[in-house]
Amino acid sequence: MSHDVHTPVPAEEPIDNPGLPAHLPRPTDVDPAQAKRAERQVSTLFILAILLSLGFCVAYFAVDIDATFLGWSALNFALGTTVGLSLLFIGVGAVQWAKKLMDDHEAVEMRHPVASSTEDRAAFMESINAANRESGFGRRPLIRRSMLGAMAALGLPAIVVLRDLGPLPHSQWKTVWKKGMRVVNDVSGMPIKPSDIEVGQLINAEPAIFYEVDEEGERVVEGTELLQAKSKAAVIVVRMRPEDISPAKGKENWGVDGILCYSKICTHVGCPISLWEQQTHHLLCPCHQSTFDLADNGKVIFGPAHRPLPQLPLAVDEEGYLIATSDFPDIVAPSYPELHRDQKKLDKGDQA
Amino acid sequence: MSAEDTPRVEDTGFAKKAAGPVKWIDERVGGASLSKGLIRKVFPDHWSFLLGEIALYSFIVLLLSGTFLTLWFQPSMAEMHYHGSYAPLQGVEMSQAYASTLDISFDIRGGLLVRQIHHWAAALFIAAMMAHMLRVFFTGAYRKPREVNWLIGVGLLGLGLVEGFAGYSLPDDLLSGTGLRFVDGLIRSIPIVGSYIEFFLFGGEFPGNEIIPRLYMAHILLIPALILGLIAAHMLLLVYHKHTQWPGAGRTNENVVGYPVLPVYAAKAGGFFFIVFGFTAFMSAIIQINPIWVYGPYNPSEVTAGSQPDWYMGFAEGAVRIMPNWEWSFLNYTWSWNVFIPAVGGLTSLFVILAAWPFVERWITGDDREHHLLVRPRNAPTRTALGAAGVTAYGVLWAAGGNDIIATQFHLDIFAITWVFRIGFFVFPVLAYIITKRICIGLQRADAERVLHGYETGVLERTPDGSYSERHAPLDVNRQYALTNHARLPELTETPLVDENGVELTGKARRKAKRRDKVRRWYYAGAHDKPTTHDVDHALEHFAGHEGHPVELGQEFAGVSETGVPKQH
Repeated sequence: MSHDVHTPVPAEEPIDNPGLPAHLPRPTDVDPAQAKRAERQVSTLFILAILLSLGFCVAYFAVDIDATFLGWSALNFALGTTVGLSLLFIGVGAVQWAKKLMDDHEAVEMRHPVASSTEDRAAFMESINAANRESGFGRRPLIRRSMLGAMAALGLPAIVVLRDLGPLPHSQWKTVWKKGMRVVNDVSGMPIKPSDIEVGQLINAEPAIFYEVDEEGERVVEGTELLQAKSKAAVIVVRMRPEDISPAKGKENWGVDGILCYSKICTHVGCPISLWEQQTHHLLCPCHQSTFDLADNGKVIFGPAHRPLPQLPLAVDEEGYLIATSDFPDIVAPSYPELHRDQKKLDKGDQA
Repeated sequence: MSAEDTPRVEDTGFAKKAAGPVKWIDERVGGASLSKGLIRKVFPDHWSFLLGEIALYSFIVLLLSGTFLTLWFQPSMAEMHYHGSYAPLQGVEMSQAYASTLDISFDIRGGLLVRQIHHWAAALFIAAMMAHMLRVFFTGAYRKPREVNWLIGVGLLGLGLVEGFAGYSLPDDLLSGTGLRFVDGLIRSIPIVGSYIEFFLFGGEFPGNEIIPRLYMAHILLIPALILGLIAAHMLLLVYHKHTQWPGAGRTNENVVGYPVLPVYAAKAGGFFFIVFGFTAFMSAIIQINPIWVYGPYNPSEVTAGSQPDWYMGFAEGAVRIMPNWEWSFLNYTWSWNVFIPAVGGLTSLFVILAAWPFVERWITGDDREHHLLVRPRNAPTRTALGAAGVTAYGVLWAAGGNDIIATQFHLDIFAITWVFRIGFFVFPVLAYIITKRICIGLQRADAERVLHGYETGVLERTPDGSYSERHAPLDVNRQYALTNHARLPELTETPLVDENGVELTGKARRKAKRRDKVRRWYYAGAHDKPTTHDVDHALEHFAGHEGHPVELGQEFAGVSETGVPKQH
């Protein structure tokens, strides 16, 4: 530092170092009876530890895995307390041995500067220098640079070889919803009639395709595909008084008698939203408390989510069950970098 | 013990037995010359040095319990129907990962215990690392020559968080899947490349069927190997630097006073490992943690109200919860600042600040000496106050991570609570800074007072003119020394704005020098310096009977107890 603002004050310390205080003997140092007592204490702890380990083995075979104790697994309680206390007693015994019986004279060790001596550092510099001289590492920049370049270039294969970790991202605007697909209850898989829903009620629902089976009785969508589809296509169906709803332009006929359908997947980080306040028509996400007004087009009224909850346009089919009239016109699930672009394409496709 | 009392090594019974094996090993690996000093190496004693030990031991518990769990756990997302012994989930479709975790919990004897030990030890591991880091911070133990070890510690904490999260995600239950969904949203928020990282990491769209096998590899191989390597480096540097110690009579910057590794620390530290392990096992016997069977298998269309991450992720969760909903559409891209700033930005800035602090402080103080003595937090008021501000900011975020729980438990309005945290994140740390700094300075003054005026004996005196005073007696010299051997405050003279050749600094260099001077003044502002030699001499005269305060307390007087009764020798 070229311009230190402070120079240490040379004043000597106000109190001189009195040196290490004299060693005080413990009761166990001066009284053989106390020492004997401590010895018995420590070995008792160790013997108890042995017994507890044996107790663990007995419990392992004797306690039934389904037995309960105070409403919870008796085996877990028996195994945990025996082995836990056994470990504790070993530990406490060892510490007690050290504290009461082992020599407790404090030892003093001098520190050495962390840095090597000037001579050692000079010798080290001389060694690298010699290596540099003998190899010509510094003198032959062509070799040096090409070698470093060659090693750096190995980073490319190391990155490229990871390419097949996954497919390139594709547009995520599509869900399994299609024009005419029935909205079904997510537990029973039964289609829903408008008359099944009372004002103020919320139903967790799914697209009917999740429950469809092919000729051989196999589900059409299953396994990983089903989870991926669910993470975008899950919906909630709510019924409000029609006069409470203020639909945006173009959304006037997306509902059926005050029944509206929204994506269940939060536009923040994708939690399924389900906390419904029927008085206020607010839907609250249990993960980060983003709050959406379902009477006002799923508008965000509080919390970290930015985009409104996408709405699924509804109608009824000839049998009187709720169906979707299209896929979601707005992209569902959490935002991603290409969302803006995808949404524009989606809007254009709508007009076409 | 003098040399005469000690029998020659070769004559003791122990040595006769040990000599053979020692010779055999030494002739093959030659360890005796290296180990002769190491096994008697001296370590200082203080309770706060145990915090790092707890972290180390809980990591060993994690390795042991984790190894047991791998014997049954199936890291596979393949769907299957459950037919184990937990009746409520009979026939339910779930991943093999979740089913095998149920098997460990219900069909493997001791499996539930070990699973709980593993989870409790993980929570303890991170807690102990953080407590250890706070201890190191508030006592200045990270200063030269230990900056590299501080950085290793920061790396260990970061790896610990990732390791914990990876493990938390493996059972593929509803709660851990919700956590993964959150991470998926977080990854998507990364500008421009978010979707690419998402598709590569998950092997396609969320949730895919790759993430659990991949996290499993990271959780049981990659990250533990890195943690073990860093722990080894952490320990080697600790041995090389020798442990820091608290100042006190006979304890200086040049020595280390304590007990030898063998036998005292082998027993104490070794015993402490068993205590940590035993405590964890006992907790696992009586306190339930992560009952995954209650949550059910992961289903992206379900969630439990009151979903909470493990405690150490709470601050990131809180940051995400209180962030305003900023999102841009710009340059044909979507920029999700509402997630990216608190989650990615928050985690990154925490670790950048932690890693940078020792170097920032050194730039401020210009202190290039080696430090082996710990500093009481009060004697570094600005550092302590900054630490308190940091802890407060962390605490606000952590509490914000539970804003829904606070709302339901205390019947408060969730929006109001969130606003309190939003404002509090900026206001509370400032308050903590100011209050802590004042407390530190007050304590410094009290220390100086006790050195110069002694302690209150509780003996009241009446002088002939009728006035009352309380007798003070000087502190024990060891105590006096302990209160006065920290570094004196530097003298803050005007910075000479010249370079090493005496040429006036201009432009940028001049502004830089001025800025540094300003920061340094701020850093030392207000601190109360320790008494000078002159002050102490003056105080001695005072005790000797000047100014109407005679202190003839008699030979027997040994102070008074808390209840005012004179102590007896």
